[in-house]
Amino acid sequence: MSQQKADIFAGLQADILRLQGFKTVQNTVLESGLGPLKYAFPNATFPLGAIHEFISTRPEETAATIGFLNGLLNILMGTNGAVLWISSSRMLYPPALKSFGLSPDRFIFIDVQKEKDALWALDEALKCSALTAVVGELPHITFTHSRRLQLAVEESQVTGFLLRNQPRAVGTTASISRWYIKPLPSASIDDLPGIGFPKWKVNLQRIRNGKPGTWDIQWIDGRFVPVYQPSFTLQQTQQQAG
Amino acid sequence: MAKRYVSIWFRYLTTDWFTLRQPPLKTLPFVLRASEHGRMIITAVNAIAEQQGITRGMALADARAMIPSLQVLDDKPDLSDKLLNRLAEWCIRFTPVVATDPPDGLVLDATGCSHLWGGDIPYLQNIINKLYIRGYHVHAAMADTIGVAWGVARFGNTIVIERSKHIDALLHLPPQALRLEPEVVERLHKLGLHQVKQFIRMPRTSLRRRFGNHFMMRLVQALGQLDELLQPIEVPELYHERLPCLEPIVTAPGIEIALQQLLEKLCARLQREQKGLRKAILKCYRVDGKTELVSIGTHLPSHHVEHLFKLFQLKLATIEPALGIELFILEAPVVEDHYPQQEAMWQGTGGLHDVRLSELIDRLANKIGIHTIHRYLPDEHYWPERSFKAATSLLEKPTTYWPDTPRPLQLLKVPERIDVSAPIPDYPPMLFRYKGKVITIAKADGPERIEQEWWLQQGEHRDYYRVEDEAGNRYWLFRLGHYHEKIYQWFIHGFFA
Repeated sequence: MSQQKADIFAGLQADILRLQGFKTVQNTVLESGLGPLKYAFPNATFPLGAIHEFISTRPEETAATIGFLNGLLNILMGTNGAVLWISSSRMLYPPALKSFGLSPDRFIFIDVQKEKDALWALDEALKCSALTAVVGELPHITFTHSRRLQLAVEESQVTGFLLRNQPRAVGTTASISRWYIKPLPSASIDDLPGIGFPKWKVNLQRIRNGKPGTWDIQWIDGRFVPVYQPSFTLQQTQQQAG
Repeated sequence: MAKRYVSIWFRYLTTDWFTLRQPPLKTLPFVLRASEHGRMIITAVNAIAEQQGITRGMALADARAMIPSLQVLDDKPDLSDKLLNRLAEWCIRFTPVVATDPPDGLVLDATGCSHLWGGDIPYLQNIINKLYIRGYHVHAAMADTIGVAWGVARFGNTIVIERSKHIDALLHLPPQALRLEPEVVERLHKLGLHQVKQFIRMPRTSLRRRFGNHFMMRLVQALGQLDELLQPIEVPELYHERLPCLEPIVTAPGIEIALQQLLEKLCARLQREQKGLRKAILKCYRVDGKTELVSIGTHLPSHHVEHLFKLFQLKLATIEPALGIELFILEAPVVEDHYPQQEAMWQGTGGLHDVRLSELIDRLANKIGIHTIHRYLPDEHYWPERSFKAATSLLEKPTTYWPDTPRPLQLLKVPERIDVSAPIPDYPPMLFRYKGKVITIAKADGPERIEQEWWLQQGEHRDYYRVEDEAGNRYWLFRLGHYHEKIYQWFIHGFFA
């Protein structure tokens, strides 16, 4: 009986999303890599063709954020993708991308001086469907600008990532999600000395049509690995809710 | 209409070119040499060396004996042909029919051209002056036949032979002026025939018997009794479109329409010829006599109207029409081969090979500047700042592998000094102070020693440590040089994910 109910609820939820005009691009690639995170997203798929926003305040957090983002890009890019990285104060060290299984020569960096140029470049790049993703390091963005970017990706289905390092004000934006990634002490492997695999506290503060949450995630051997297995409880909550 | 020909003789063609490239040679005697049958033979002589008695074909050793201070340069094969072709293309401004006359001359068909310069003499003087200003010693002459013009340019002392006076002019010239083979010239001299007038009235049959068919052909060609065919050079057609306007254009939509029309015409032609432009210039001639210019460049050759239009559109705002634009000219100075790809197969795959990406890069480069766009390839250096290099194009392949060593995602442009307390030499520090905060280190990896590349830069080596503090923040620190008492420095260089 409860199973039937759950099915009906899930069907209705999907109908609501469809009626709201929410389109999901089916991407089986991402589903495999995201582990427990995927239940936070609408229809349990990572939304592509949208703008995701990452906020960091300290350089250590920025590094962690880029680490997590690289994990996502690793799943997204496949063998043939290209990424455009627009920034006005880039500290990214290209050879480091290799440790996330990415090929740094498939990144094109646009280092602009002015914020206005960065916005224009971001807007143009998001309209170019030859790109897998566009990363913009842009601390300050107004609602109007973020709306423009959102409109651009809706047309081209390119995924945009906004890295907002030390924003003046977090404010409201038209982005589909807002993430905070913080570094966590790495777990030592078999009590060996030294630093273990990168580990982060991933806080999905806002997600349109989804369920925000907080997870501890490690990056091990080219994929995301949750620190504890909350999938059971999450699935349960999903079923209860939907 | 009676024909008129101009023959131009570059007396020191190749040596003049070398003088232009190396101006100090102007006052020195110098020759060009080439190896022939194991000997060094002089192939060209400049004016100063010639005055001192050096001639072409002389052995270099003999010439060195005559002038010890002789400068010798290596001759370049085909140089004179290339120079002649280039000069012939340049001479197209004087007449539409220009032919090269190897080894050291040009022939211009000047029929009906000279009145534009106000007569034969100003015409010819103009040619000579302009070539002289370019740095060439020239002799030129104009006559009714190519043969006489050739002879007068080289052996005569006038420049213009008036209409139907060419036979008179020929009479006083030496037999070489008839473009004969050296053996025939020698035989004529042996017979005491030092001027054309001495043998021109002899019976044709006996001349033919003694000196051969070639001699007779040259003679009748010079006299104008046999037509001589020129092989004019073909000047490459410029990629150039014009759009004159009946009414002066002042509005932005007007300029856009004009641009669209010009681009369509130009791109249609480029597409027919399988070419693509790399650079285009739009010139707008205004009513008040000023010219407005906008130029664009592309990353890959393109004949895509829509794309090129977008590139121009970014810059159209800089055009000031003022009272109006009466003429638009679109030029493509740089054009390259462009072969259509099998687009249907690859469309939608994305990646670096995608045309849409290179078009995006063009737009960014034209608006923000090409210097802002970077792509990196691995470079074989361990030193962190040098371990990658800028790629020159979107499609350049890496020549080596990206290293797998752990590197920080965020790297400081310049390493920053930190205060550190380390327990024992060569151990990672216990804590350090960065930006006023004390950071206690919980875990550490290292050291990874990276030596200076002494052939590039002198200095101390770096011992890198990856460290993690109690909160989980991960840093890249290094000590510069060996651990000595109070003579070592610690730096922070980056942040790990």
